[in-house]
Amino acid sequence: MGHARARPAILPDAIILVWLHLRSQGIAATPNTEILMERKIRVLVAKPGLDGHDRGAKVIASAFRDAGFEVIYTGLHQTPEMIVSAAVQEDVDVVALSVLSGAHMTLFPRVLELLREAGADHMLLTGGGIIPEEDIEALAGLGVGRLFGPGTTTTEAVAYIREWSERQPQDLVG
Amino acid sequence: MSTTEKEAERNADGIAAEISRREAELHALRRELAEWYARYEATPKRDDLFTSISGHEVQPLYTPLDTQDLDYLASIGLPGEFPFTRGPYATMYRTRLWTMRQFAGFATAEETNERYKYLLAHGQTGLSVAFDFPTLMGYDSDHPRSLGEVGVCGVAISSLADMERLFEGIPLDEVSVSMTINGPAIILFCFYVAAAERQGVSADALRGTVQNDILKEYQAQHAWVYPPEPALRLIVDMFAWASEHAPKYNPISISGYHIREAGATAAQELAFTLKNGFEYVERGIARGLNVDEFAPRLSFFFDVHNDFFEEVAKFRAARRIWARRLEGEYGARDPESWRLRTHAQTAGVTLTAQQPQNNIVRVAYQALAAVLGGTQSLHTNSMDETLALPTEKSVRVALRTQQILAFETGVPNTIDPLAGSYYVERLTDELEAEAERIFDEIDELGGVVPGIERGWFQAEIAGSALRQQREIESGRRTIVGVNDFEEGSDKVEIDTLKIAPEVEQKQRQRMAELRAARDAEAVERSLSALRLAASGADNVVPYILDCARAYCTLYEIRAAMEDVFGSYKEPVFF
Repeated sequence: MGHARARPAILPDAIILVWLHLRSQGIAATPNTEILMERKIRVLVAKPGLDGHDRGAKVIASAFRDAGFEVIYTGLHQTPEMIVSAAVQEDVDVVALSVLSGAHMTLFPRVLELLREAGADHMLLTGGGIIPEEDIEALAGLGVGRLFGPGTTTTEAVAYIREWSERQPQDLVG
Repeated sequence: MSTTEKEAERNADGIAAEISRREAELHALRRELAEWYARYEATPKRDDLFTSISGHEVQPLYTPLDTQDLDYLASIGLPGEFPFTRGPYATMYRTRLWTMRQFAGFATAEETNERYKYLLAHGQTGLSVAFDFPTLMGYDSDHPRSLGEVGVCGVAISSLADMERLFEGIPLDEVSVSMTINGPAIILFCFYVAAAERQGVSADALRGTVQNDILKEYQAQHAWVYPPEPALRLIVDMFAWASEHAPKYNPISISGYHIREAGATAAQELAFTLKNGFEYVERGIARGLNVDEFAPRLSFFFDVHNDFFEEVAKFRAARRIWARRLEGEYGARDPESWRLRTHAQTAGVTLTAQQPQNNIVRVAYQALAAVLGGTQSLHTNSMDETLALPTEKSVRVALRTQQILAFETGVPNTIDPLAGSYYVERLTDELEAEAERIFDEIDELGGVVPGIERGWFQAEIAGSALRQQREIESGRRTIVGVNDFEEGSDKVEIDTLKIAPEVEQKQRQRMAELRAARDAEAVERSLSALRLAASGADNVVPYILDCARAYCTLYEIRAAMEDVFGSYKEPVFF
């Protein structure tokens, strides 16, 4: 099972021209979000480190797919380098790490650092796992997004990514 | 007609009368039950799923009609007798209570050693080693891939030296030790045997278990090293070696726990685990071992989840299926080969981060189910395990939970007290039948290994996990404190254990010292001999033991065999 590759990073000129035309006619005063949302949110779900517990990663990957995101799942035992290289190669919007091993204070900062080095700091780094409150705060201070603990619903995680995405500058029409 | 003939005739008449009386009774029951169901249908019911956690429909009422086809002696029997539905041993907890064995390990060998001594002082009767992730994957503490993970989720053991420290002052001929390790199990087992040697304890005195169940790693927990074929060869090497040199030691614990925790239903846990067990038996037989030489030392490990009766029935069904297959299909003649002995652990996945004290209660119910299911040993989870490794205080409560069950409730007094319950017997039958269906399905895939390679087990487990998650998120399945009865604040109200970052530094330092101090030539020599043995057909255990004694590190030994065996690549999907 993989993901569909067909996804325009930039809206096809034809659609933009139609939209510009409609707007000039006063028919479409605001961007039709349905058309603009053509670009699906792309999420890399990754399991960094040596931890093999992938129940959460697989459940969240399925939930993201059901929510209409394009999901790439890395598989297990990934190094931060492997994750960032996959994120860049797949041109994702969001990198979601699942860490149940207690190594989050090593893995999240390292992935963040590598994303920055790769010029991919526009990507949202988020995730979940067994992560104590004070560590979540410390990681947020570094620039990591929300981290979800045990008992989180997949709906919450989906909503968070949607909201984040809506806040991002739309490079699609600009 | 002679007296005996007359007597026989009278007996036959008696039996016929008994049969017709019984039929009349069931007939009457059928009629009354139909009326009862009419009333039942007409009465409003709570809005609930009325299914087990595994998704099975549960009837509102069970009666003798549900067990009428059950042949008592053939299907249930007596404890300690074929097919062992009522328990593997005749006298069960009247002779010996289950072993209270708390899984523990964190930071360095010294710190874990202290925790072990603490647990033994508080009445724990066996030890169970939790290794950190690098060790589970066969990496040394100073390997680049271990960064950030040393001693965090368990204890770091990278050589015989660490293993010696782990059991410092703990006599290995007296305490039984269970080790949860799989991919590199054979290496840690050899460290353990060598550590016992250093204490002057020979292998034939060792009691305990090494998990060593690689099939469920590919299916569920994912701590693998080598591809399935060489990995299975190593396991059979251990069967052969242990049956000769360590006859009281269990060289495998065939585990459903991780399969269940990854999302499987009770029936999937039961069926996948037993099917894996059959695979090991077949591999041993294919090697030319007599089944009765190694089957008596095969042990099991099941999860105990929330659905009380389903869990009790699962243990009973497991024993019956195992006994029947070993006797029938594999021709085992030694009753020891038929006897399924198991460890149990309460379900970590049922613990909640919200209102963590509630977990004490969940664990207590699960522990009761395990004991009513007839487990031989039990680990009860601590209330704080969704947040971190458990603190000493929370481990103590978990252990006390078992002690209260053992000494205050009266539960261990009677063997298999739920036998004869229409519901429990029916559930036991249903789980057995469902397991048989799953066995057939796996056979159609070509067996366990092809099923793994195609990702079938992984997809089945992930599918069940997703179904359960949806039930919880839609509110159809209530989890107290999570999707109902929530309290405003999610604030954690308990202390959690922190692993100091210095642990990694300390381990790295120690590895540097070890590498400098050991006899480099002996290291090279033993590793070369192992490489050669691995590429031939020799049993590799004696070679790995030599490596251990020469203080080769975990990763060096892993890598030497990897040169020959290659490494496993998972089929990635979700």
